[in-house]
Amino acid sequence: MEKVLVISEHEGGRLRRHTLSAVAFAAKVAAESGGRFEILVLGEGMGEVAGELRSYGAAAILVGDHADLRHPVADKHGWMIARIARERGATMVVAAASTFSKDILPRSAALMDAGMLSDVVGISMTGGEAEFKRIMFAGNVIATVKLDGAVRFLTVRSAAFVHPVPGADVSPVVELSVPVSELPSLIEYGSREVRVTGRPDPTEARVVVSGGRGVKNAEDFERLIGGLADAFGGAAGSSRALVDAGIVPNSLQVGQTGKIVAPDLYVAVGISGAIQHMAGMKDTKVIVAINKDPDAPIFEVADFGIVGDAYQLVPELIEKVKAK
Amino acid sequence: MMKILVALKRVPDPDTRIRVKEGVLDLDGVKFAVNPFDAIALEQAIRMREQLGDVEVVVVSIGTGDCVEQLRLGLAMGADRALLISGAEAPDSLSVARILADVYRRERPDLVLMGKQAIDDDSNQAGQMLAALLGIGQATFVSKIELVDGRSSACCARETDGGIETITVRLPAVVTTDLRLNEPRYVSLPGIMKARKKPLEEIQLTDPTLKAPARTRVLKLESPPPRKAGIRVRTVDELVEKLRNEAKVI
Ligand SMILES: Cc1cc2nc3c(=O)[nH]c(=O)nc-3n(C[C@H](O)[C@H](O)[C@H](O)COP(=O)(O)OP(=O)(O)OC[C@H]3O[C@@H](n4cnc5c(N)ncnc54)[C@H](O)[C@@H]3O)c2cc1C
Ligand SMILES: Nc1ncnc2c1ncn2[C@@H]1O[C@H](COP(=O)(O)O)[C@@H](O)[C@H]1O
Repeated sequence: MEKVLVISEHEGGRLRRHTLSAVAFAAKVAAESGGRFEILVLGEGMGEVAGELRSYGAAAILVGDHADLRHPVADKHGWMIARIARERGATMVVAAASTFSKDILPRSAALMDAGMLSDVVGISMTGGEAEFKRIMFAGNVIATVKLDGAVRFLTVRSAAFVHPVPGADVSPVVELSVPVSELPSLIEYGSREVRVTGRPDPTEARVVVSGGRGVKNAEDFERLIGGLADAFGGAAGSSRALVDAGIVPNSLQVGQTGKIVAPDLYVAVGISGAIQHMAGMKDTKVIVAINKDPDAPIFEVADFGIVGDAYQLVPELIEKVKAK
Repeated sequence: MMKILVALKRVPDPDTRIRVKEGVLDLDGVKFAVNPFDAIALEQAIRMREQLGDVEVVVVSIGTGDCVEQLRLGLAMGADRALLISGAEAPDSLSVARILADVYRRERPDLVLMGKQAIDDDSNQAGQMLAALLGIGQATFVSKIELVDGRSSACCARETDGGIETITVRLPAVVTTDLRLNEPRYVSLPGIMKARKKPLEEIQLTDPTLKAPARTRVLKLESPPPRKAGIRVRTVDELVEKLRNEAKVI
């Protein structure tokens, strides 16, 4: 009988879609263990986010709405999550893997003396006990792991758990009191740079087009990678090489230490296929590689490889994808 | 005098492909390195000493005697002193945090610098857990750090999914590094010579709660299923045709 607490993530007053993969995970655990799940929303002005989450079968939507929680700062949010997990008797606390959850959840876990697993891709209930699968060593090892203790913390890879379809708005919304005077105050939020592109986040798109060192500068990136991403209605991503070169912002980096993506289609343009890059995109359904070096390792994982100059092939590809 | 504690983990060289053989990691012939994010943390500490002067940099590694190799590298890069904490059996991030909390209480550093993640287990937890256990602040995924308010706080730029975020955290605090914080220096020959004379202390864990992994039990290791071999196409037309009609992804 698991009691799962899902930690929702939102930005600019809107739900981050990958929260739904954590909801899917929780629903599965609840169903298989005869338990239930609740969803926690912390922030300021959370009415809309809470409302949207009511249609996924949660036993309750718990809302901590307060100006002091406006920014997802680790000391305050970490403390609140631990407190609420304790109050609700949670046996599992789960969020979608992201910089938000990776910053905050380990903090809550330690406050509860709980173990934690990051980037979980599978769960099975064996004899009433949960066993988790996660990836290690840059995608080269799958581990099956158990966590001891009364409560376990997890982040899940969004691509591994299919988003549930919304049903009727049945989950009751429960307003939680926020004990402002008890909230720690070690960290002061400054600012966050606003996202510049109108394209989706690479972790949330059906198609991701990524550029690597084969793309020479920011204008070419926008024209070739951005252009092809737009033709597919998808997201743009990159290898670390372009982030290091200052050509694209770090938020586009795909890989072991960047974002993990698993879209329907991933197009790697001018990317050699280093272990660290592949760890972030190997679980894609269909991989296309465009590279002028026929021996580039990226071809080993590509379903469709084409050898040639990206500067010639990509504009043609953009035209022909659009032509449909 | 300011003291900075830097955690260094010994990990397989980042460019080796680790494999599983009959259920166990095949580490035959694998070279080991300092976790790349930890090298960045150490570089940051050394730069702060170069800038501020009165700073002591202490490196700490938890593991077997083999970790001496990484600690000596740390000393050769420029750390002043090293601690080896031995006797921990394959610690998980929570036990690493507990052990480091123990070290922290003995050393009383003003700042703890760690990697955002160890590239072997990719957990991305130990720093945040340490900060929680100590009841101090944290800044994770940091790509820029600046001491402010008479060294009582650190203003940090964090690399988040949405873009760069700026926070100010009161010291002492735990700061975890991202790749763009800096580029670690190479170890020089004089550095290696000097490192031989620097103090390296080994502390044997006796507390059974610190020795055993706190919460994690690994039941099985396996290799991921290989992707099936793909094909080469010659023209863009052929590619578009395959994506439309064969793979049906566009
Ligand atoms: C700790 C650590 C973490 C890392 N994390 C990540 C990570 O998360 N993500 C990541 O991506 N990397 C990561 N890296 C870096 C990784 O090791 C590689 O250095 C990086 O992925 C290389 O990027 P690239 O493929 O774009 O560049 P390169 O390896 O230089 O490859 C460029 C490719 O472009 C091709 N090319 C050049 N010109 C053209 C053209 N005109 N048309 C077609 N093809 C062309 C070349 O043939 C070549 O194959 C990490 C490294 C470390 C040490
Ligand atoms: N055995 C260890 N010895 C020293 N530092 C460690 C050890 N394990 C983890 N760390 C530190 O904790 C960080 C995060 O580790 P992890 O939570 O395993 O991803 C690493 O980058 C190191 O700085």
